[in-house]
Amino acid sequence: MIISFLSDICLLLGGFFTLTGALGLLRFPNFYSRLHAASVTESLAAPLLITGVILDTGLTLDSAKLVLIILIMVIANPTITHALCRAAAHGGVNPEMRLKSSEKKQSQTDTELSSKESK
Amino acid sequence: MNELLGHFNYWIVIFLMMMGLYMVIASSNLIKKLIGISVFQASVFILYITFGKITEGSPPIIRDNVDVYSNPLPHVLILTAIVVGVATTSVGLALIVRIKEAYGSTDEDDIHDMDDNDDFHIKNNRSIT
Amino acid sequence: MIGNLHLIIDVCLLAFLVLIVFAVMKVTNLFVATMLFGIFSFVTALLFLDLDAVDVAFTEAAVGAGFSTVLMLAALRLSGAVENAKHRHSALGLFIVVLTGAALIYGTSDFPNMGDANAPVQLHLAPEFIQLTQEKIDIPNVVTAVLASFRGYDTFGETVVIFSAGVAVLLLLGMGHVEPKNEPEQNMVLWVVVKPFIALILIFGLYVQFHGDFGAGGGFQAGVIFASGMILYSLVFGEGYARKVISSRILPRLAALGVLIYGVTGLASLLWDKPFLDYNALSSNPVSGQHMGILLVEAGVGLAVFATVLLIFYSFSGVNHNE
Repeated sequence: MIISFLSDICLLLGGFFTLTGALGLLRFPNFYSRLHAASVTESLAAPLLITGVILDTGLTLDSAKLVLIILIMVIANPTITHALCRAAAHGGVNPEMRLKSSEKKQSQTDTELSSKESK
Repeated sequence: MNELLGHFNYWIVIFLMMMGLYMVIASSNLIKKLIGISVFQASVFILYITFGKITEGSPPIIRDNVDVYSNPLPHVLILTAIVVGVATTSVGLALIVRIKEAYGSTDEDDIHDMDDNDDFHIKNNRSIT
Repeated sequence: MIGNLHLIIDVCLLAFLVLIVFAVMKVTNLFVATMLFGIFSFVTALLFLDLDAVDVAFTEAAVGAGFSTVLMLAALRLSGAVENAKHRHSALGLFIVVLTGAALIYGTSDFPNMGDANAPVQLHLAPEFIQLTQEKIDIPNVVTAVLASFRGYDTFGETVVIFSAGVAVLLLLGMGHVEPKNEPEQNMVLWVVVKPFIALILIFGLYVQFHGDFGAGGGFQAGVIFASGMILYSLVFGEGYARKVISSRILPRLAALGVLIYGVTGLASLLWDKPFLDYNALSSNPVSGQHMGILLVEAGVGLAVFATVLLIFYSFSGVNHNE
């Protein structure tokens, strides 16, 4: 059945995005980029997972409740991320706007190489 | 193997209990001790709920076309226990706040030293309403 | 296959729990320890869900992962130092803990396998209670039936326990007096989103309260959810304005009123020559008498829990404002 196939796709995609969100949370260098990566989990992965469950359940009272849950989650969770960012900015966590010194050297050599190629 | 599958839940829960107990004994900070007590409590809850689980059972809400329900009695007991647990945690935290006011520190060793030298003062200007 | 899936989830969640407790032990920053403990409570709630305990999972998520974490953060803010937890290794403590653990594990060798349907604990009272609930009380949620009707004394005791915890915190901390700030911090996104949300949370609390007979829910969860709505209001708009909405004077009286509702429902049965807390006496038809009794009693519990939880939060948030 095509609906069950769609449901499987949604569940798999939801799981994949949760994994990438968790990976980003661990690997990104500073607080704001980590939060940006983790917000994928709340605004993409969780609604996909719940959509997969809705497609599997069919049209019942339970699926109506699940639609409400998706609505609430999509409104509440980005607000929570915003509140976290605001609290961090208030507390003095600075977003890193400049490259660190080792990365600066790498980007300088990159621009030299690319300018040599264009000549 | 059957014994392992059937019993590992109990063993891990006992391991969690013992870690909570070690946190209570060995940490010198009062809030960490309280966290240790809460970890101990939570693992006891998991132990009781494990007793009530029946394989291929369903939650104890009566519906059609379900024949085996998991045991509802541990659920009732643990519901009460969770609420009592949060009550004692809140009283413990209130005590920690007052201890910090009187002694100036939440570290058990410092508090014992100050107790031995009688070096604290308790303010009593709270209004209840 | 289904049985194995439950087992796999069970093993994964228990492994998470062990890792989290290791982390809580190692960490010296108390703020990190508190947040890890919040995650621990949440994973415990998931584990309860996997073990078919839906009411317990609901309560643990609302109370443990929600209110308990907020309270610990409030206590951390008041007790000042967040980085101060020294490591202290105690060899005697380790020895005692290993000994006790070994004794307990030796004691579990007699236990029946997990999930065994023929274990002694599943054979005597549980089928009887499930049967009796269908005959005498006729509500789908067996846990609510047992909690409110068959074991109503224990729930009365529990309500009194949480009420006395509120009294103890009140005696220790007092509620203080917080004036509303003249210019509250402008935070447009939070204000606009949180206002309708609080309405939704309060409606959900009412839904959980009255739906506790038919699904997971009941008085405790509803009281905590209601209080969480008010705590959210207090966190976003300031404690001064929250105290104008629900004044600190009325909360102890509301808590006492909740316990009183429970007790009076029990006493009402005495008027008809029936024992204390026997709801059959409340109506001509015993089954509808049970329904009425459970409704009143859960309302009393919800009111008492809501008022006590909010009272405890007000006490913690009002500490520095006492002078």
